[in-house]
Amino acid sequence: MAEMQIKPLTMNFGPQHPAAHGVLRLVLEMDGEVVERADPHIGLLHRGTEKLIEYKTYLQAVPYFDRLDYVAPMNQEHAFALAVEKLLRLEVPKRGQYIRVLYAEIGRVLNHLLNLTTFALDVGAMTPLLWGFEEREKLMGFYERVSGARLHAAYFRPGGVHQDLPAGLLEDIKAWAEQFPKFVDDMESLLTENRIFKQRTVDIGVVSRQEALDHGFSGPVLRGSGVPWDLRVSQPYDAYAEMDFDVPVGKTGDCYARYLVRVEELRQSLRIIDQCIERMPDGPVKSDDRKITSPKRAEMKQSMEALIHHFKLYTEGYHVPAGETYTAVEAPKGEFAVFLVSDGSNKPYRCKIRAPGFAFLAATDFLTKGHMLADTVAIIGSLDIVFGEIDR
Amino acid sequence: MATAMSSEAITALRDLAAHIESQLDQDVSDVTLIQGELCLRCRPSSVIKVLTFLRDDSQCQFKALMDLCGVDHPQREQRFDVVYNLLSIRQNTRVRLKVATDENTPVPSATGLFSSAGWMEREAWDLFGIYFSEHPDLRRLLTDYGFEGHPLRKDFPLTGYVEVRYDDAQKRVVYEPVKLTQDFRNFDFLSPWEGARAALPGDEKADQTAEDQG
Repeated sequence: MAEMQIKPLTMNFGPQHPAAHGVLRLVLEMDGEVVERADPHIGLLHRGTEKLIEYKTYLQAVPYFDRLDYVAPMNQEHAFALAVEKLLRLEVPKRGQYIRVLYAEIGRVLNHLLNLTTFALDVGAMTPLLWGFEEREKLMGFYERVSGARLHAAYFRPGGVHQDLPAGLLEDIKAWAEQFPKFVDDMESLLTENRIFKQRTVDIGVVSRQEALDHGFSGPVLRGSGVPWDLRVSQPYDAYAEMDFDVPVGKTGDCYARYLVRVEELRQSLRIIDQCIERMPDGPVKSDDRKITSPKRAEMKQSMEALIHHFKLYTEGYHVPAGETYTAVEAPKGEFAVFLVSDGSNKPYRCKIRAPGFAFLAATDFLTKGHMLADTVAIIGSLDIVFGEIDR
Repeated sequence: MATAMSSEAITALRDLAAHIESQLDQDVSDVTLIQGELCLRCRPSSVIKVLTFLRDDSQCQFKALMDLCGVDHPQREQRFDVVYNLLSIRQNTRVRLKVATDENTPVPSATGLFSSAGWMEREAWDLFGIYFSEHPDLRRLLTDYGFEGHPLRKDFPLTGYVEVRYDDAQKRVVYEPVKLTQDFRNFDFLSPWEGARAALPGDEKADQTAEDQG
């Protein structure tokens, strides 16, 4: 029989495949069922956020950050608020800092709930998703009660947070936090020792410590590879320095380790939430520098000065001193940073958004090479990719 | 600014800055330390040397390139800044390296040193048109297939040049020049009294009469 040359098959994965987590178009060169080369085509959700921000005042730029990683919106706003505060050399009152930490951790739970359960769905488990979304719904209820919006909150603003917590909210978050560990246990009982789940994830997409750093990984993916690195501990911001929590670190650097790290982070986030509720201080929630944060509406009914401040802040906005800063936060997915350049006017001169998912997706070729097609799905699921922040 | 840096961290950064300056005095210039952020500048020709030093020197160990981006200053002769943000997990610090370049001068690619640079350089090429030499795969990344221009340049209009819609007659997506149903409005709320340019409308005549008389 004559020798046959088999050409590698090129196939499209996405952009409308449910396991592509959004609008990922992955062009795969396959040798049979083994991936030889993966070339992600991104940009299908590119909205020009960085360009738009250059045409908006600092306050108007805040809502764009909700639309980046729409799974945990407030964590993105956090980075921008910290960057602007750094350039303004502005101090946030303690209560404002605690509310931010509380909601940043709620955001982390929101994100991990979605990631863990959709990851499980990708590798064949349906139930965790249905349970997880019920919990997410409750958390988005907390978002709504504090900001009026379930997703696009625009709640963390330079100088603090927009409004104080409504009465009774802390008690309700506490009640939720008490029943939530039960959910984590239930979810773990379905997945952690599940034979099928382990077959699909153990030893798949292994990343070593050096490779993880070389590819610019951060967050649970970096920790899953055994690097004990968490910005909340190593470069603490807001009230994180006063919180007591542990940083889980994986051993093997595979998809299963990343899963385990995220599950443990759920529990640790709960500890931080508890501490925030316990120690929530009284006082103002935002800076009282009237050149930067707006006065209360009640004040405006009486005071001419407050009215002028309000008018100026919502038309011209505030001027930020010339300078530049690279400010990073530990978003649920990893290091989310804003590189902000100010020229002293009321609009950012340049606002580069460093999304953790961008580095993960850039390494897809390295991660999937030599794996089976079905493993590609598991790897993408374990990286926690959301296109809002990658395409920007 | 939520957390002020401790004085030890600032001292450590100062020492690091002095160390880098003494080792690379030929290559880096403008070493600044503002609000706890260390920033260096170098010429495009020495980028690789400086990055290699920052990555491999035992006192630096900036093993991760977290971010790379362009900044456009059209009024400058070398209009672009390429900004590298590096992170050292061992030292728990960051450093920023800036390289000035223009449309024609290529910057050596950092892909050989940091794998993460690959896509970030593609992005800078796509959005700014900064050319990276020896990049293995310098294609556009974020913009549409067949896109023309570099959208994050300051002279690129916010609305772009083309828009797309689905044409029912041709049964495909068509590209057309942008038609705005309402003129693009740029709200300039800068106060004429304390803004960047303190010129009042009609005020230029005052200078003219002063010149005529003088």
